[in-house]
Amino acid sequence: MNLLFEKNSKGSNSFRFPLQELPEIDLQATLPENHWRTTDLGIPELPEVEAVRHFTELSTRAFGVDSGMYPLGSCTMKYNPKINELLANLPGFTNVHPYQPEETVQGALELLYELQLMLADIGGMDQFTLQPAAGAHGEMTGIMILRTWHKSQGNDEQRNVILVPDSAHGTNPATASVVGYKVREVKSNEFGRVSLDDLKAKLDDHVAGLMLTNPNTLGLFETDIEEIAKLVHEAGGLLYYDGANLNAIMGMSRPGDMGFDIVHFNLHKTFATPHGGGGPGAGAVGVKEFLTPFLPVPHIIKRKDGSYGFDYNRPQSIGKVKTFYGNFGVCVKAYAWIKSVGPHGLRDACQHAVLNANYLRHELADDYEIPFNVLCKHEFVATSARQKEAGIHTLDIAKRLMDFGYHPPTIYFPLIVPEAMMFEPTETESKERLDQFIAAMKQIAEECRTTPELVHGAPHTTVIGRVDDTRAARHPVLQYKPEVEVES
Amino acid sequence: MCGRSAVPISSLIQSRSAEFFPNDRLVLKPFTMRYTPNPDPVVKEMLQTLGLSSLDDLFADIPENIRKKCTLPEGAGLSEMSLRRQLEQLALDNVCTEDCPIFLGAGCYDHYIPAAVSHLLARSEFYTAYTPYQPEISQGILQSIFEYQTLMCRLTGMAVANASLYCGGSALAQACQIAAEVTGKKRVLLPTSLHPDYARIVETYAISGKMAVEYIPCPGGVVDPVALDSLLNDQTAAVVIQYPNFYGNLEEVDRLVALARSVNAMVIMSVDPIALALLKSPGEWGADIAVGDGQPLGNPMNFGGPHLGFMAVTEKLMRKIPGRLVGETVDSRGQRSFVLTLQAREQHIRREKANSNICSNEALCALAACMYLAFVGPLGLKQAALNSHRLAWYAREEFTKAGFHFPYHAPFFREFVVSIRDPHAMNEYLLENGIIGGYELDGGLLLAFTERRTREEVDELVLRMKEFVNCQSTEVKEVTA
Repeated sequence: MNLLFEKNSKGSNSFRFPLQELPEIDLQATLPENHWRTTDLGIPELPEVEAVRHFTELSTRAFGVDSGMYPLGSCTMKYNPKINELLANLPGFTNVHPYQPEETVQGALELLYELQLMLADIGGMDQFTLQPAAGAHGEMTGIMILRTWHKSQGNDEQRNVILVPDSAHGTNPATASVVGYKVREVKSNEFGRVSLDDLKAKLDDHVAGLMLTNPNTLGLFETDIEEIAKLVHEAGGLLYYDGANLNAIMGMSRPGDMGFDIVHFNLHKTFATPHGGGGPGAGAVGVKEFLTPFLPVPHIIKRKDGSYGFDYNRPQSIGKVKTFYGNFGVCVKAYAWIKSVGPHGLRDACQHAVLNANYLRHELADDYEIPFNVLCKHEFVATSARQKEAGIHTLDIAKRLMDFGYHPPTIYFPLIVPEAMMFEPTETESKERLDQFIAAMKQIAEECRTTPELVHGAPHTTVIGRVDDTRAARHPVLQYKPEVEVES
Repeated sequence: MCGRSAVPISSLIQSRSAEFFPNDRLVLKPFTMRYTPNPDPVVKEMLQTLGLSSLDDLFADIPENIRKKCTLPEGAGLSEMSLRRQLEQLALDNVCTEDCPIFLGAGCYDHYIPAAVSHLLARSEFYTAYTPYQPEISQGILQSIFEYQTLMCRLTGMAVANASLYCGGSALAQACQIAAEVTGKKRVLLPTSLHPDYARIVETYAISGKMAVEYIPCPGGVVDPVALDSLLNDQTAAVVIQYPNFYGNLEEVDRLVALARSVNAMVIMSVDPIALALLKSPGEWGADIAVGDGQPLGNPMNFGGPHLGFMAVTEKLMRKIPGRLVGETVDSRGQRSFVLTLQAREQHIRREKANSNICSNEALCALAACMYLAFVGPLGLKQAALNSHRLAWYAREEFTKAGFHFPYHAPFFREFVVSIRDPHAMNEYLLENGIIGGYELDGGLLLAFTERRTREEVDELVLRMKEFVNCQSTEVKEVTA
C-alpha cells in the first residue's frame, strides 16, 4: 500500500480555514524575516476523500480487540466498552482547558477525586495520583517517590540498589536505572516464585526497595508475599507493586494488605481503557500514608465546603512528571468502567479472568509444554518444547495463529522460560470463543507433527509475510525519502 | 505502614444512581458483570473441567490472611443509561469552549480539528490495538507511525523522529537526559521563559542525579544572551530554548545557539508544531534535539491529556532517542513493510541498560496528529498559523488603543502578555461576563489567540478588560478621596 507521501497531488487539498476580516498586518514588521521558515513543509496534499480512504485502508491492516481474541500476556487486552468512548468524547470533557479556573472544572475534578478514592480502595492504599501517563511512567513516579523518601530519611547515599526478580517486566530494571539506581536481580525458585534464599542473600543495607509483580509474569501468585514484605521492610527497604497483573487479584486481594508501600495500576489494562495501538494509557500511582507528602503536584482534593480543587502546597512532593494533570480522557473511561461494573463486578472480572486462564491452561496442556502446570491466576506460560523436534519455534506458532484470526500471545517472555508463550485470555472472552481458540491451537500442534512447513512458513493469510527485522535494524530507514519528490 | 480503606467504593458508585433510577439495580441480574459473557451454568461446567467446585477455589493460592482483608461491599454496577446520565452531568459541571470563548494557551491550544480526524480515529482497529509487536497484522498502525515520523522530521527539520512520548514536558526532560549522557556533563540550563510545568518536570527527572538544573534569567521575556554567556562553562551539557517561549515571545535563537556551541553544549529546542508552519525549524537553527507537545495537531485539550510529546534528533543521536521507532524493511514476499526497529535501545530487550523505560507512548494521539496534517495539508497548516498570528496582532493593537501596556516587546507568535495589576480579579470579572481569560502571571495575563477565536470575541475581551480597569481605577480614586 502506498504512503501518504506517494499520494501527494499538488493543489488537490481544498481544506481551508475561513479568512476573518481583519486589518492587514505587515508580516515583515510583526514577524521579523530572520525567523521565517525557509524550507518546505513537506506535508503531502490529498483530496479529502483520498485521505479518508488512506486511513480507512490503514485501519483494515490493523488488528484490535474488536477484530478478534487478543490473548497477549501481561497486557490485559479485554473488551473496551463503547459507551466509555462516547462518554470520554463529551465536549464537557474534551473541550476543557487545563488552566481554567477551578470553579469551571468542578465536574472534571470530582471525577478525578473519586477515581483516586476508588483506586485507593481497590488497592488497599491511602492516596493515589493520576498524573503518570503510562505504566512505565507510573513505575518511574513510584521509584522517584521511593528515592525522595529515602533522601528525607538521610539514607539516599547509602541505599542505591533496587532489587528486581529475574521474571520481572523489562520496565522494572529500566525504571530503577532511569531513576539512578543500580539493579540487583533476585532469582526465581523451582516453583516459579521469588527464591526467599536468594532474596535474603541479596538484601543488605544498600537496598532501597524491591519491585515485584504479583501474580508474577508466570501468572503465579507469590505465596510468600507476606514473608517477602517482612524481609524487605526489616532490611530498611520499601516494596513496590507493578500493577500490570492487577486483573488477577482485583476484588479478591489488595497489594496494600500484602505489605506493598507503593503501587501503580495500568488503567489501560485492568480498567478496560483501550491501548490505542501503543497509548495513551494511564499509570495511576498509589502510596501508603507515610509517603503521601511525596506525591506529585497538584494533588486533587475535596475542600471543606464540598468543592474540588488543586493542592500545590506540598513541599516534600517529588514535583511533576507530566504536563498538566495526567491523561484525563483515559481516567474518564476507567471511572466509567468501574462505575458500570460496580464493586461486585470488579471481583467478577477478576474471577472470570482467572477462570478463563485456568481453563485455557488445562485444555492446552495435552498438546503444549506448560512448565508450571499448576493453578495460575489471570495468565500462564506455555512453551513450544514439544514442537521443537519438528523444528518449530514459538515464533512459528505465534505466526500461524494469525492465520486462524487470532492475535498471538506474548512470546519469548518471561526471559526465564525458553521459547515462552504467555497467554492472558481476560474475563471478556466466552467459553465458546476459548474453545475455538483451543481448537486452533490443537490444530497447529497437529500441523507441527504432520505438516511442519505449513507452520514454519506462516502466516499465509496476512497482508504481508514475515518481515526482515535484521535489515530494518542494520540499515535503518526511519522516514520516507523519495528519490525524486514533487515539491508541495 | 498499614493500608486502610478510604471511602467505601459502594457509596461512590451508588451516590448518584439513586437520584435517577431508584430501581436501577433491579434492571440488572444481581451481581453479574455485564462484560463477563459466561453465564453461571457455563462457569460451573468450566469449574468442573478443572475439578473445582467454586470460583473461590481459584484463589486458594492466596494466603487467607491477605484474602479475607479484601471485603468489597456488595453492589451491582450501573446500567448504560444511568452511567450515561451521571457522566453527562459531570461533563455539564464543566465550562467548555462550547459555552464561552477561551483565551488560555500556555502550552495547550484550542485549535480546530477537522471532522474527518475525529471520525477516523474512532475506527476500533486503531484504538483497540496494542503496541504493534506483530508486524504481519499491524501494518496499518506501523505505517501510520512511519508517516507520522516522516511528517515530524519534515516539520522540525531533523533526521529522526520517534513514535511519540507522553507530553511536551516529559519529552524535554528526556532530551535533557540524552544531553547529559552524550556529553558526560550534568549542567542543564533552562530559561525562565520556559513553560513552568516543563521546568518542574525536568527538575523531577533530575532526581536521578544524572543532571543538574540551572536557570537563565529572562528579564525582557526572552533569554538574556549576556546572562547565558556568563552561565556557560565546560560542565554545561545543554541549553534549552523554547520557541516561541512560554510568553509567546521569539527568542534570538541564532545568538543562543552560537553561545551554546562555544562550550560544546547541546542545543535542545522545545517548539510548537503550528508555529513551525511559519517559523524556522529547529533543524534550520541548528538544534541537536527538537521536542514539543503535539496537542495542537488534531488533539482536543482534554483538560490536559492525553496529548503527545514529540522528539526528533540529528542522525548522530539516532541510537540515543528513547521510545518506539518504526523502520522500513521487506517481507518474505519481497514487499515493502514496516516494523518496530532499533529495539536494542529499549527496556524489553536491554532491561537496566536501556536508554529509557518507556513502553506505551501516545500512539493514538500521534495518529491524530498525522491525520490532522494530512487533512489540513500544507496550506491549511499555514493558514491556521497565520490566522492565529493575525488575530493575535489585531488583539495587540486593540489593547494598545485601549491604553493597555505590555511587559515584553520581543516579536511574538499567537500569544502575548498584557500588563494587569490584579490578573486574578480580572479573570474573575471576565468569567462573570462569559469569557475564560488568560493564564495568570505576576502582574500580567498571558492571552492566546487561535483561528477558532473571532474578531468579535476579541473586541468583547478588550472591552470587558477595559471596563474592569476603569471600574478599578474609579474605586481607587474613591478610596483616595
